[in-house]
Amino acid sequence: MSGLEIVGLHVSIGDRDVVRAVDLHVKPGTCVGLVGASGSGKSLTALASLGLLPRAARVTAGRILLGGDETVTPGRDRSAEVRGSGIAMIFQSPRAALNPVLRAGHQVERVLRRNGQRDDLTRRCVELLGATGLPEPDKIARLYPHELSGGMCQRVMIAMGIASEPEVLIADEPTTALDVTVQAEILDLLDDLRSRTGMGMLLISHDMSIVAERCESISVMRQGEIVESGTSWAVLNSPRHPFTTELVRDVTYRPGIESSPAPSSSAGPADGPARKDGR
Amino acid sequence: MRPLIEVRGLRKDYRRGGEVLHAVDGIDLTLLPGESVGVIGESGSGKSTLARCITGLERPTSGSVFFQDADVTGLSDRALRWFRREVQPVFQDPLTALNPRWTVRRLIAEPLKIHGERDVERRVDEVLRDVGLAKELMTRRPRDLSGGERQRVAIARAIVLRPSVLVLDEPTASVDMSIRRALLALLKRLQSEHRLTYLYISHDIRTVGETCRRTIVMYRGRLAEEGPTTAVLNSPGHVYTQTLISAVPRIGRASARPDRLRARPVSSQQLPDTGCLFAHRCPRALPECAADPPVVEITPGHRAACLLARRASRPP
Repeated sequence: MSGLEIVGLHVSIGDRDVVRAVDLHVKPGTCVGLVGASGSGKSLTALASLGLLPRAARVTAGRILLGGDETVTPGRDRSAEVRGSGIAMIFQSPRAALNPVLRAGHQVERVLRRNGQRDDLTRRCVELLGATGLPEPDKIARLYPHELSGGMCQRVMIAMGIASEPEVLIADEPTTALDVTVQAEILDLLDDLRSRTGMGMLLISHDMSIVAERCESISVMRQGEIVESGTSWAVLNSPRHPFTTELVRDVTYRPGIESSPAPSSSAGPADGPARKDGR
Repeated sequence: MRPLIEVRGLRKDYRRGGEVLHAVDGIDLTLLPGESVGVIGESGSGKSTLARCITGLERPTSGSVFFQDADVTGLSDRALRWFRREVQPVFQDPLTALNPRWTVRRLIAEPLKIHGERDVERRVDEVLRDVGLAKELMTRRPRDLSGGERQRVAIARAIVLRPSVLVLDEPTASVDMSIRRALLALLKRLQSEHRLTYLYISHDIRTVGETCRRTIVMYRGRLAEEGPTTAVLNSPGHVYTQTLISAVPRIGRASARPDRLRARPVSSQQLPDTGCLFAHRCPRALPECAADPPVVEITPGHRAACLLARRASRPP
């Protein structure tokens, strides 16, 4: 057993259980999807794994293991030791997550330095930025976040995330603020990095279609609990929980459904393209 | 049918230092009463600038906007007042669009007061019910509302004067799937109950596909493709539209890797501004694309400004 294991995790804010009995296993080299509405506890689960829970929240039961070692249990949190090198995270709005007054390259170098690297920082930083597909990485290293597009900022975030070659990368809504074309590029990049480095990935999203396309297995979270989990194929093709069915229906691609003249939604031209896409 | 809004040769330039950015670069567009027209494209394609020009929030550099055959371009703010009643914007992020210090009641009453309406209280009540907000929310401020509730307040503000057109700029971009579904259902209901006409701007192709009868695709300020939504989304003629659509994640697709666009240069200065503007990113560009692309009529009403449009639309 290795990678990231979350076993029976409970997180509470005051006397309210906001995450209840969550089990997740991200094996090395695989991608696990965590889907749910906002406020369902997805991000808190991720933050607990990094020891970055907001002050009001605490782990009340369960445990989190990384590479077989226990990092988080109620009252004990060793995750700071593995943050960066063992587990890293990229966030939803890259522009907000980056420091606005530091150059992009400087921020990557800081991660390297914090993880004990001293030599060749500049070269390594440019290498990392290049690995995320940024054109002219040496130039971009000298720019500030406001001089970069949203997609470029997310690539810088990813460079910081992979700087110390973590075993597991958590991507929390990594493409929500981006255009579909940029979204596809960023998700491709994460796929490539995963197959090249063998790191495991936990992909968090409220959009079932993103997770469906990229993950081997999917867990569906609702009001703090995992209501369904399984291989992507099983979850998508025979969802057991009504909430999963809803999430799948939300993202079923039905172009031109509005143009169907008849008010009946069960038949008509809208069905044609959906079926064709769902082959 | 007489168009409600007609846009002719609309241009909007922004100057930055010595550089001129053509945010909107010659757009023609008509909105018929009661229809929904979608505008899709990536960020920076000029969608929002187009919306701001149509709603009179920006003065176009050239070209005209007609409302019911009256030219409203370049009118003074005072002269625009009647027009603003009729054409109302709804913005992407209600948290920045709504005054944070005002209560819901005051936010919704403001347009009524500006236009000298009587019976303000009754109308505010009515509109709150119309957009599905509980009366108790009247005394709250935007920060104390959920994302979905906030957008409902923004929509209430937009419809309180009973306009004929809503220009919706990414109205569901800031909320998640289940709330998006509820907002779209609300917009659909309001449209049929109040005979509203929508210009729906979004980079969310899925939503546009389900909401709009006609769709326009913009790229760098120009019209790349337009036509009935079913035609544009199911058999796109422009290579740009094709790549845009293939980038939408889809459940059950065999391969997750559609055609990828070529990398964009770091700054926009290096981009050519003649010929096909998309050519530098196009995976199928030909040398001929250095000349202005022809506008190909694929089927009646379905047009694409792409050299490859005719060929691409033919079955293999």
